[in-house]
Amino acid sequence: MRVPLSWLREYARVPEGASAEDVMADLVRVGLEEEDVHRPSDELHGPIVVGQVLSAEAEEASNGKTIMWCQVQVAPEGTTAADGGDAVHGIVCGADNFSAGDKVVVTLPGAVLPGDFKIAARKTYGHISEGMIASVRELGIGDDHDGILVLGTLGLDPDVGSDALKLLGLDDEAAELNVTPDRGYCFSIRGVAREYSHATGTGFTDPADAVSAPSGVPDGFGVRLEDNAPIHGREGCDRFVTRTVRGVDAAAPTPPWMAARLRLAGMRSISLVVDVTNYVMLELGQPLHAYDQDQLSGAITVRRAVPGEGLKTLDDKERQLDPEDLLITDDAGILGIAGVMGGERGESSVSTSNVLIEAAHFEEVGIARSARRHRLPSEASKRFERGVDWQVAPIAAERAVELLARFGGGTADEAATDVGQAPQPVSIFLPADYASGRIGVDFTDEQITSTLAMLGAEVQPAGEGWNVTPPSWRPDLVEKADLSEEIARLVGYDKIPSRLPVAPPGRGLTRAQQQRRRVVQALADAGLAEVLSYPFVSAEANGLFGTAEADEELPAVRLANPISSEEPFLRRSLLPGLLEVLKRNVSRGFRNTALYESGLVFLPDGRYGSAGIPPLGERPPQQVIDSMLDGIPDQPRRLATVMTGTDSPEGAGHSPRPWDWADPLDTADLVASVLGVTVLRRQGQHQAFHPGRTAELYLPSGAVAGYAGELHPKVLAALDAPARTVALELDLDVLFAAAADVIVAKPISTFPIATQDVALVVDAGIPASDVLTVLREGAGDLLEDAALFDVYSGRGIEEGRKSLAFALRFRAPDRTLTAEEASTARSAAVNLAAERLGAVQRA
Amino acid sequence: MPETTTEPGAVEPTDEAAVTAAVDAALAAIAGAGDLDELKTVRIAHAGDKSPLSLANRAIGSLPKDQKAVAGKLVGASRGRINQAMAARATELEAERDANILVEEAVDVTAAPRRRAAGARHPLSILQDRVSDIFVGMGWEIAEGPEVESEWFNFDALNFAPDHPARAMQDTFFIEPPEAHLVLRTHTSPVQVRAMLQRDLPVYVLCPGRTFRTDELDATHTPVFHQFEGLAVDKGLSMADLRGTLEHFARVMFGAEAMIRLRPAFFPFTEPSAEMDIWHPGAKGGPQWIEWGGCGMVHPNVLRAAGIDPQIYSGFAFGMGVERTLMFRNDVGDMHDMIEGDVRFSTHFGMEI
Repeated sequence: MRVPLSWLREYARVPEGASAEDVMADLVRVGLEEEDVHRPSDELHGPIVVGQVLSAEAEEASNGKTIMWCQVQVAPEGTTAADGGDAVHGIVCGADNFSAGDKVVVTLPGAVLPGDFKIAARKTYGHISEGMIASVRELGIGDDHDGILVLGTLGLDPDVGSDALKLLGLDDEAAELNVTPDRGYCFSIRGVAREYSHATGTGFTDPADAVSAPSGVPDGFGVRLEDNAPIHGREGCDRFVTRTVRGVDAAAPTPPWMAARLRLAGMRSISLVVDVTNYVMLELGQPLHAYDQDQLSGAITVRRAVPGEGLKTLDDKERQLDPEDLLITDDAGILGIAGVMGGERGESSVSTSNVLIEAAHFEEVGIARSARRHRLPSEASKRFERGVDWQVAPIAAERAVELLARFGGGTADEAATDVGQAPQPVSIFLPADYASGRIGVDFTDEQITSTLAMLGAEVQPAGEGWNVTPPSWRPDLVEKADLSEEIARLVGYDKIPSRLPVAPPGRGLTRAQQQRRRVVQALADAGLAEVLSYPFVSAEANGLFGTAEADEELPAVRLANPISSEEPFLRRSLLPGLLEVLKRNVSRGFRNTALYESGLVFLPDGRYGSAGIPPLGERPPQQVIDSMLDGIPDQPRRLATVMTGTDSPEGAGHSPRPWDWADPLDTADLVASVLGVTVLRRQGQHQAFHPGRTAELYLPSGAVAGYAGELHPKVLAALDAPARTVALELDLDVLFAAAADVIVAKPISTFPIATQDVALVVDAGIPASDVLTVLREGAGDLLEDAALFDVYSGRGIEEGRKSLAFALRFRAPDRTLTAEEASTARSAAVNLAAERLGAVQRA
Repeated sequence: MPETTTEPGAVEPTDEAAVTAAVDAALAAIAGAGDLDELKTVRIAHAGDKSPLSLANRAIGSLPKDQKAVAGKLVGASRGRINQAMAARATELEAERDANILVEEAVDVTAAPRRRAAGARHPLSILQDRVSDIFVGMGWEIAEGPEVESEWFNFDALNFAPDHPARAMQDTFFIEPPEAHLVLRTHTSPVQVRAMLQRDLPVYVLCPGRTFRTDELDATHTPVFHQFEGLAVDKGLSMADLRGTLEHFARVMFGAEAMIRLRPAFFPFTEPSAEMDIWHPGAKGGPQWIEWGGCGMVHPNVLRAAGIDPQIYSGFAFGMGVERTLMFRNDVGDMHDMIEGDVRFSTHFGMEI
């Protein structure tokens, strides 16, 4: 809401000299946020005066253009002009829409126009032009550049030499406020002026009081309210006021002060009738509509749309109507969507003579829905959906009638229409100690009752408290908590003391929260950089990374209104987002990059969601809550890493190691050991990974925990990602759940170690991990540790076989092992490997 | 018959002058040895088996009985002196050699390579941990919830009426199909509702997490961002408790001089509602008030939605943007830096903010 200060001053006591900034600083204390300042004089200043053309002679210039050489009276005879020059200035003007005797706006040397256009006396077309005669566009008050502004066309006859900026309202300024959705009444000068008086403790003149709407007059234009499908049981229209003004000169100019205020308020001046309806709306908060009464056929009926109905609205768009749309109709058809936008027929125009003013009260939800449905957020709908004062309709209509009569020369009919049903007044019981308890300030009874009275509420003592009836312009006040806010904000939030409440003893972070912290910290410690990528991906990315099997189609969550239509899905894998970030880093010159992310993926099963939404302000039955919870897709936490280039930067005497397929496996082991869980690996297949260099990671329980290895060369090429990029993706929730609550200690044997190496030749296709598992089993309890330390194939090993060398470490808990005992255990291990895997001990 | 002929170079063990000369020669040679190798040569020449005094020593055996003692004493003492000098010189030379090795091993430490790339946590994630720790220290617990959320939890339970403008102002990402009534949560407030439904009263929880709105990414907006939201529901809580909590939090985060200012505002889920400004003493450009977040007393309808009787319990809630906090606390000028994942941004911070 933009509030011109001159307008605000009519109803509030804004100090002389206060700027828009000062006003906003006061209003912010009562909850109106400052947004911006609009001050034409920031761009338009200096000597800009009313001049009278004394003579204007057409001259043909050498370039063939005709110019006017004018003598202009810019100050009363015998006085000095505002620029210090003579009272008559010679000015060259390119336009010719004026003649001698016309009063015009003259920008004298020293003036500055919008766009930092500095006016100076200058030689042009053979004359010294001492200034410029301005057009509306040059003054920044209109688009018309066909001619200069002749003040007589605005109905103005000001004194020569007087300040033109003041005349045109260009010395005014506006404060732009952000109005919160509960304060519809602040979309009016009336509401803001009232808030200003609350904020400053100064007086307030209600503009509604200055207007006396006629009462007890005969019925005017016929209006029927026929809502057969109210939303939430509330009539779509509960008040419809009409007034008729006859013989209006709709082509008469809008008074410049009104046009200036509208412009400062952010609305264009269109025509007298439209400007008056907008002006009254801005002043009182009541949207109005002006019809050409002669175009209407029969009575007005307010009703819901019928399926199949359509309307061409004023913005020239054909609109399919919904049975929920509330319509203004007459016998000939639809005139408009109530409170949202009018149609082409019936609209007043510059040729209108008899104007029918509509001031109606529409129900909030219906207007909100229609405005959203048709994507027509208008000035009217914005006010109706936030709630308009039911009482103000006839006052606004009267105010419009007065203005049309005054500036358009019309005569109001005596008859008026006012149909509808006043809403039930709300009465709220406010216990005496409630506000103090909720706010933490010991309010006195006097503070409470006077604050509420200041708001316009009626306050009646009732038992241990008061019955409070909020004013008609505050439909947002419905329960005592709302009243506590009003009391708090008018007394001042700065009066609220500070007290630190003591929470009951807490349990600290949960196990899972601690586990997550450890994992993300461990990876950073290991040299990877954490990133937080967007979860939005394409169908292709989900298809490729979201499932191991190429031909498996798994459901993904799709956004109805994605930022990018290319990426309307939520990720099933962290890798697509992570790879994008990797590419960005590489493209910025970081060829060696290792990244990780911990975040949620979205794994819906076929059906998700829940039918219906339970109502406001009550706890739904448990089965309804359960069904909503069940309908939320699975969102497990994953961890992913990608690495490209080398593990460290080049350095003198240091050869960095290229990341390879084994690194993500190693990272998985790091995560496993940080969490104290066992993660096993086997040769794996995942469509996004290299078919021969990928491990499937799994838990001893058999649950798959993720994949690690080198990404598929074709995938990397298609993504334009660096070749040989390696990756890991782990399901952290699975790992967290597998971690033991309590890790049981193992006794430490201090007896000496017996080390035995063994080299086994097996078929090339047998995984090393299988051999290791069998060796462990065969060696029995004396085996403390076993590790693969060499893989060899080639000379001395037959084709299709490989040699695996293991270091076995034996130790007993209770004695020093003899060489014989260690050898026996080793033989047992080798024998089992021979039996199970056809392993042969290498000679 | 014992050998009587002395070998060449040998000295007569009885010839005191010759013995002394041999000792002097040996001592001079020892002193002249420049390194351990030279000393070894000197040792062979003057103390080895073939050295004059060794030979003299050997010759003592063949001396007449009466000369043996004198000669033995003379030669023995002389050899002792030589050995002593030899050992002393060896110690000297060893020390010299060791010192030389260290000199030779000297490197240019400024040329040391960086062997490990430094990793980094994302500052947004560190900041969330930090805030969580402050509240855990106050006895609060950390609550979490899903990012795809039921519309009821995100809006209705928080007293957003279905057609209220406040709901449209949330710029919500809706999930297909609309009948599923799912959204990407627009704030962390649905976690409040979950906490109230699932936990025993009183509730003191902080809910950090990721949130979503349909804003295009620019210098100050991002469609994916983070919030932390606090909720306390207990008997007798008032706005004074809210202010006290915020003030404590602000002082831990921004120093003892930090202050909180509340301004009236509107949120559907709180009544009264307030915008919260923080007095940031360390702000770039001098101490100033900075808009930090929203807060208020939990709206009775929100308590009712969780089955809590607003006549008995009251609560307060507050929420701040993590990105915004990082922006003004750590002087981050452009949202892109926090979002794009450029490793320079995170590694500059390392593990701390």
